[in-house]
Amino acid sequence: MCTVCGCGDGKVEGHDHHHHHHHGDHHHHHGGDMHYGQGAAGVSVPGMSQDRLIEIETGILSQNDAYAAANRKRLADAGCYTVNLVSSPGSGKTTLLCATIRSMDGPVAVIEGDQQTTNDADRIRETGAPAVQVNTGKGCHLDGHMVGHALDHFALEDGTTVFIENVGNLVCPAAFDLGEDAKVAILSVTEGEDKPLKYPDMFTASRLALLNKVDLAPYCDVDLDLYEANLKRVNPLIEVIRISAKTGEGLNRWIAWLNAEARAKSIKQAAE
Amino acid sequence: MHEMSLCEGIRRIVDQAAAAPDINRVYKVRLEIGRFAGVEKEALSFAWQVVMRGSKAEGADLEMIDLPGKATCFDCVKTVEISDRLDPCPDCGGGRLLPEGGDEMRIKDMEVQ
Repeated sequence: MCTVCGCGDGKVEGHDHHHHHHHGDHHHHHGGDMHYGQGAAGVSVPGMSQDRLIEIETGILSQNDAYAAANRKRLADAGCYTVNLVSSPGSGKTTLLCATIRSMDGPVAVIEGDQQTTNDADRIRETGAPAVQVNTGKGCHLDGHMVGHALDHFALEDGTTVFIENVGNLVCPAAFDLGEDAKVAILSVTEGEDKPLKYPDMFTASRLALLNKVDLAPYCDVDLDLYEANLKRVNPLIEVIRISAKTGEGLNRWIAWLNAEARAKSIKQAAE
Repeated sequence: MHEMSLCEGIRRIVDQAAAAPDINRVYKVRLEIGRFAGVEKEALSFAWQVVMRGSKAEGADLEMIDLPGKATCFDCVKTVEISDRLDPCPDCGGGRLLPEGGDEMRIKDMEVQ
């Protein structure tokens, strides 16, 4: 299995993925520069024989980063704004996403990532929005390659908000760029105020944190201010919106955030 | 984290770099890993043994070079080096630090025969 490029156990639901691309002659270009046989070019490493040293200087995730860059360009060209929703399992991502889609005016498209089942994509489709389920099999995160294939399933029109609901996991998805405009972390009040401290990488990588299920706060003996303080401790720049998919609290602010970000992106693109 | 996936990525790059027919064997690969890269070195070493089987780098040494973790302190506005993600600012003691390096994961070079 190769969970980095998506060939193997990962599958896009409703899409026959029979390895029609091969690692050696892939249509995507490799992003990192590779330099062969430049051992004598000013490198001095003690204990290493110079003529047999091959410099590589390539990021381990360079292939994923190249797929992500291609996705980002494709989405920008189509006039889309894309968020990568990350969280632990059970934070209420899909419920919040359904509530968000019902309250939004513009077109949306949803990519649902899970290890198994099409439950989440089915729930999204009930809202009338197009959704594609990507099951990663044993993989713990979506990657740029899987998302590129998933995008093939949509007719993306100008002004579409693309939601990518990542696999519920606060560790691995932090490192894998999918081509999104922003990562948005969803954290529910039942998870404990110290969650951002336990999993700092994900909250550092995120632009916005949605503090979800705030309607449950009175029953959970939690300190919402402490949640926010801990989020700011690992990422002083993170924005926080307190939200409840059930009562609708904060939903307007979240949608306003999305609209403002999408607008800022299109203004920036038009200026370039 | 996902060290097996990372090793798959390393193998792909090493296989490409070692594809030339005059390279018989790769006996050492050096990585540069930032302190905040989220890589568990022991897990990566274990995955390395498994993933590189059958390649020119089977049995090769894997050396990991630590790169320091850097962060901007939002209290004293300095760039400081910290060793742990949640360390306070070594200069002013402030607790609001934003990492600005240390998440590197690079294959630096390799020794071949």
